[in-house]
Amino acid sequence: MAATMIIRNGYVFDPLNEINGEIKDVFIKDGKVVADLYEGEKRDAKVINASGKTVMPGGVDSHAHVAGAKVNAGRLMRPEDHYKFIRQKTALTHSGSGYTIPSVYKQGYDYVAMGYTTVFEAAMPPLEARHTHEEMRATPILDMGAYLVLGNNWFVMRYLKEGDIEKAAAYVAWMMRTHKAYGIKCVNPGGVENWGWAKNVHGLDEPNMHFEITSREIIHGLAEVNELLGMPMSLHLHTNNLGHPGNWEITRDSLAIPSDIKPCQKTGANWAETKMNSHRVQSVYLAHAQFSAFGGTSWRDFQSGAAGLVDYVNKSDHVVIDNGAVPFGPATAMTGDGPAIHDLYMLSGQKWSNTDVEMECGSGVIPFVYLKSSPISSIQWAMGLELLLLINDPWKTIMTTDHPNGGVFTQYPQVITWLMSKKARDDTAKECHKWAYDKSSLGGVDREMSLYEIAILTRANSARTIGMSCRKGHLGAGADGDVTVYDIDPDNLNLNDTAALTAKLARPDYTVKDGRIVARQGEIVAVPEGRRYYCRPYVDDALEKEMLIDVKDWFKYYTVGVANYPVPEKYLKNPVAIPVNATEAEALVRS
Amino acid sequence: MAEILLRSKGSIGIMVEAEVIRPNIFAGKKKEEIEGLLVWQGPVQLPLGEFFDVDVSGAGSPEETNILIEGDVSRIKRIGQGMKAGRIEIHGCAGMHLGAEMAGGSIFVQGDAGSFAGMEMLGGLLHIAGSAGDHVGSAYRGSWRGMTGGQITVDGSARSQLGGGLAGGLIVVAGNVENFCGIRQSGGLILVKGSTVRGTGAEMNGGTIAVCGAIRQFSPGFIETGREENVLLGDMQLEGWYAKFTGDYALGKNPKGSLYCREE
Repeated sequence: MAATMIIRNGYVFDPLNEINGEIKDVFIKDGKVVADLYEGEKRDAKVINASGKTVMPGGVDSHAHVAGAKVNAGRLMRPEDHYKFIRQKTALTHSGSGYTIPSVYKQGYDYVAMGYTTVFEAAMPPLEARHTHEEMRATPILDMGAYLVLGNNWFVMRYLKEGDIEKAAAYVAWMMRTHKAYGIKCVNPGGVENWGWAKNVHGLDEPNMHFEITSREIIHGLAEVNELLGMPMSLHLHTNNLGHPGNWEITRDSLAIPSDIKPCQKTGANWAETKMNSHRVQSVYLAHAQFSAFGGTSWRDFQSGAAGLVDYVNKSDHVVIDNGAVPFGPATAMTGDGPAIHDLYMLSGQKWSNTDVEMECGSGVIPFVYLKSSPISSIQWAMGLELLLLINDPWKTIMTTDHPNGGVFTQYPQVITWLMSKKARDDTAKECHKWAYDKSSLGGVDREMSLYEIAILTRANSARTIGMSCRKGHLGAGADGDVTVYDIDPDNLNLNDTAALTAKLARPDYTVKDGRIVARQGEIVAVPEGRRYYCRPYVDDALEKEMLIDVKDWFKYYTVGVANYPVPEKYLKNPVAIPVNATEAEALVRS
Repeated sequence: MAEILLRSKGSIGIMVEAEVIRPNIFAGKKKEEIEGLLVWQGPVQLPLGEFFDVDVSGAGSPEETNILIEGDVSRIKRIGQGMKAGRIEIHGCAGMHLGAEMAGGSIFVQGDAGSFAGMEMLGGLLHIAGSAGDHVGSAYRGSWRGMTGGQITVDGSARSQLGGGLAGGLIVVAGNVENFCGIRQSGGLILVKGSTVRGTGAEMNGGTIAVCGAIRQFSPGFIETGREENVLLGDMQLEGWYAKFTGDYALGKNPKGSLYCREE
């Protein structure tokens, strides 16, 4: 089965190897990209004729809500999201249903049909890790991993308040191994803890209840822990005041907090060859910036605050953002930021779900529709695009919809079309509320992204930002043989026929995973099992023992016993553990 | 003019999903083609000819297509779903989702209809001469936007959540209805000539409900705003004195729903 494959004569866009539309062959052997094949191997290889077509590494989604308790809560509370979106079973594939929150099978097939091969779940509460892994193991084809929600965790807040950064690092390391998690997610630091008492925090220097810790301390502390351990991805931040008019300033100030922290990856992964430095350069990765770039002071004078945030990001080298685009239509807002969802409930009056995850975090889910007739939705549409188009360096940006919050991942092709075509943006601006252009700067933006830039925003940089460029997001020797072949001729690109461009992006000719064709023009033709990545950071034994005494003591407050807390590795299908901080020299000890 | 006769072949086990029974789909088709249309029965797809003897006479556009169904089809779901024109007549009882999402044309059922008749209906006429099940003209489960246009007439009684999420159109029930009539209603008109039970108009924010009989366990979120004699609702004239209420204040500060109840 391990395929030898040649993808011949395509226009290759591989930014991490600085290949910008050159016509060349891509060789894959035993599932990995190789520089060349022997003549005998070439004779027997499966050949894809990509002449006149665009070839990119398989798509990498670094932020989507695709597995776990809150996704499933969305499915349960939204039967109306399912009955019109049915996928029939085939000889090869499972049936499925759902639009904004599809069932796991349909979700996997839909991503692959669109040319994506790697998707990371953006928020896994520790107590829901088991559920998250259950859904990931049932998701076909995709390689996956999940970020652990730690920004309101009692142990993290306690250790950071005590100033014991090493104990905090030991705890985070133990939690990563315990829950088979990939990275550190920080959601509304300090605020979600207050939400347990129907409060929130609104400033970076406002101590929260009981722990008396500020979000500034939590953000800085977790970023420091992240680099102390040498995690593959940086701290992934969902800022305070998300979804509130005027929040762009607190977002800017939050991004400034870890500016003094140097990125440091200490992973035991084998790094595939790339021309560019494929190690991340950021110390903070801002999630769904659109929801954190609101201007104005209320909904009445609401406007885009993207310009201010963009200005900061353009001047800073330690930040990467994903945009969280709003492509209009139905969505399901779901986040670990319980109070933000409650605020949305107060605005919309829709059915609403909220959860308090014991000593760890919280979450909320609510159905939402972004209407072209709505002034606010229209501005949010403009902002999502502004953020990507106004930040000059594409290596600071990633394209997402914060699926399913701003929109659904199946709308990515539409978002890419807007990024590539000013005409597409102008056409949509005419259909939606005039505030889209009146209250943002999007109307004056002429930039049209090239396929090279799109490859950065959808593959190369998403992989690099989360530390997966060791094997994903490029086609250098040693990389995973994940390739997307679009029926797009870059020499005859018609940016005026926007519907055709979107259709071609939505249904690539081929999606190749590990050297095997998994989708052909949107139809799933093979269903190999994906991998599940997680980090296994190590600290000194003595330090870990000292920390575990606290954990065992406070576990009396949990509803589960400490023995039942971990997710065993056998729970994961095709687990890939990434050792972090694993060598003697690197091991974190008490200084 | 096309007349298509479907004669039921007898009792049906697992319910059949037959949204293909629709003038838009039957129009211009020969007997064999109609017999060959596929329907789901549980996990398998079977031709319509498994369940019906088909007779076709004449030909015409969907507007000119009449479908006549004879026999008990209470285990056949989705008849006339999404139809836009033409007419379906059922000489017997119909199953669930009859005329769901229909946008035009007309359906007449001599007997009873199952639940979700006229669900999320957009237009057209649905006439049930017998009684109807739950969720007549309502939204799909989980949705708050039900019927938006057209008319449903039930000569008998209906059960719970009639007109749930009603946003437009008209529902007239000659008999009684059960719980949560007009729940989450935002527009349109519901006229119940018999009585209703608890939750009538619950969380309604617009539209009108009129009940000529009694309302048992009256919803607490309604405020009486006056009384009217011989209330005129569209082109329907009610007789006698009615108390008028506004609600549901349980939902918000300024609800726009109107509820009329016949004074004793």
